[in-house]
Amino acid sequence: MKKTGIFAIILLLLIGIVAGCSGESSTGKSKDGVVTLKYFAFSPGEAHEKDLKAMIAAFEKQNPKIKVDYELASFEDYFTKLQTQIAGSNAPDVFELNYENFVSYAAKGALLELDPLIKKDKEFNPDSINKKAYEAFQYDGKQYGMVESFSNVVLFYNKDLFDQAGVEYPSESWTWKEELEAAEKLTNNKGVWGTYAPVQFWEFYKTIAQNGGSIFNEDKTEVTVNSPENVETLTWMMDKMNKYHVTPTEKEMSGQANEDLFKAGKIAMLRTGIWMFDGFKDVPFKWDIALEPGNTQKAHHFFANGLAVSKKTKNAESAWKWAQFMSSSEEAAKIRIDSSWELPAVTDEALVKGYLEKSPPESREVVFKALDSLVVPPVIEEWSKLTDMFGKELDKVKLGQETPENALKNVEKELQTLIKK
Amino acid sequence: MVGDKGWKKWLVICAFLLPNFIGFLFFIGIPILASLGLSFTKWDLLTSPEFIGVENYKAIWHDAEFWAALKNTLLFIILYLPTVLVVALGIAMLLNKKMKGRTFFRAAYFIPVISSWVAVSLIWKWLFNPAYGLVNYFLSWFGINGPDWLQDPNWAMIAIVLTSVWKDTGFVMVLFLAGLQNISETYYEAADIDGATPFKKFLHITIPLLTPTTFFILIISLINSFQVFDQVMIMTEGGPAGSTTVLVQKIYNHAFRYFEMGYASAVSWVLFLIIFIVTLVQNRLQKRWVDYEQ
Repeated sequence: MKKTGIFAIILLLLIGIVAGCSGESSTGKSKDGVVTLKYFAFSPGEAHEKDLKAMIAAFEKQNPKIKVDYELASFEDYFTKLQTQIAGSNAPDVFELNYENFVSYAAKGALLELDPLIKKDKEFNPDSINKKAYEAFQYDGKQYGMVESFSNVVLFYNKDLFDQAGVEYPSESWTWKEELEAAEKLTNNKGVWGTYAPVQFWEFYKTIAQNGGSIFNEDKTEVTVNSPENVETLTWMMDKMNKYHVTPTEKEMSGQANEDLFKAGKIAMLRTGIWMFDGFKDVPFKWDIALEPGNTQKAHHFFANGLAVSKKTKNAESAWKWAQFMSSSEEAAKIRIDSSWELPAVTDEALVKGYLEKSPPESREVVFKALDSLVVPPVIEEWSKLTDMFGKELDKVKLGQETPENALKNVEKELQTLIKK
Repeated sequence: MVGDKGWKKWLVICAFLLPNFIGFLFFIGIPILASLGLSFTKWDLLTSPEFIGVENYKAIWHDAEFWAALKNTLLFIILYLPTVLVVALGIAMLLNKKMKGRTFFRAAYFIPVISSWVAVSLIWKWLFNPAYGLVNYFLSWFGINGPDWLQDPNWAMIAIVLTSVWKDTGFVMVLFLAGLQNISETYYEAADIDGATPFKKFLHITIPLLTPTTFFILIISLINSFQVFDQVMIMTEGGPAGSTTVLVQKIYNHAFRYFEMGYASAVSWVLFLIIFIVTLVQNRLQKRWVDYEQ
């Protein structure tokens, strides 16, 4: 009795190991021809999981032979998990990528080229998607992803503070000069700061574009970061804090987020993303948005999320259908707009109208106007290295350890080695 | 219950060891060996690894950021280790005395040890807030204008060290307490008769007889502090201006952010080698200073 007991334990353990290793077959196809797609996403978060469920329900209704099994992770954990799943040959069929990471994944050949599927699909028309947003998910001229949503950054301003200081609201024609003049009037000794933009890499690549500068040349073969325009831009970013005192330094903000300071009526003009619309909904003052002032030209951030299909999927056509649905279908776009979950990149005017009619802010058309002067992140394959290195050098400038000139010289040298790899 | 034949006994032993062993094998043993193999490859996790010999190790040698991270890690250890030892020993001595609420205090000092690093780091991040944090508020009582702590490259590492000392003191204290209780009262009685002062007793009885415990703590703490990561990741993410970037964080960056699993594995093995050598040296040196009671 005892002996058999021990043998049974060992046997059970061994079976466990064998079963654990062999895994299930992963075609995802059941006997009745229903395909189960694995979908991995970060953008819903907790707040929009129910909206994702609604989208899946709408999709499954249209495609009774496809079932979507989703898994969510927070943005911080998402890419670690995704890489591990791909490395373990257990990649989801379809997964979300933001534009920056899209380039890395496409460059490393982890994504399925969608052009053959697009050609085959008679129902899909690329014109239903904003052209620039659609093209953002191309790599080497081939479509590797489908844009599902985008967001950008505009100038938010506190109307009440402008009224109190007797300053005209920001207009489209404003440049840095007008912004500074207004900011100097708006800044007061009651703790109100005229304008705010963080000094960090993302802000930097957009701000230099407002002054005609860039980080790389067009095809990213040469580093153009160390130019007089860019030195001027970085100096301007620092001067708003240290020379004109219209922007709080990090010390003066002492750990408070700029969005919270805006909410508290302590910042009159704030450059931040349209994802803050919801968060600023209930503030006790009037606010609106405007295009960002530039120096020699306009430039606005553009961020996008898209769906990509794993190169190793066994259900390419079903995967394409799901990616296409999330990207261009009316159903998905409508759910997105109704729940204020980012902005679908569709061109359908009726849908866009629904978005424009919502308020605050009143001037929602600014969101679309900003698209005319968008700058996409200057992504290279070694993107995370670039952002880390850049962040470090900008830190040094903020701490006064490095002048803008020297920091950009250092950055130039480091970038040259990064694009050579 | 063990049978007469030897193999039956072994079978029983194996049956009981197997669950643990399998867990170790699959989740620790094989990954460790795999990382050694991977350290000789270039692997982006998305495509197949490519064998490149010792290139990764050569690259480490020329990687200025590796040396900076090593320097920061060593700085952490130099600041952290003596502090935690002294503070923990002091508290252990106090709590070894017969006093009211002794059990309560022993438990209280141990609470940080069982708290999660994430929670502790977030709380301390707030405590170190230059304008609203309790630390600078406390300093202001003495007319001291506290630094910017986590935003100041000269103070960020010190803030991390202080947090770590706060969290780990309880653990080290418990070990010291056990060590203190192992010292026989007779030594102190004999010293009393000889008229020794409390300080002399501490210097010539407590310290020498605690050396086995101290040695153990030193080894454990040194290994742990070479792997400092959680608090850095949450409190500063290695900033400002890279002043708190440590080795494990570098490994993490290469593995999961830069698509360089091979290089990350190589750095891991270099870190292992460093820890291994330091531990070996400590083991050698112990004969010189550790007194095992005869």
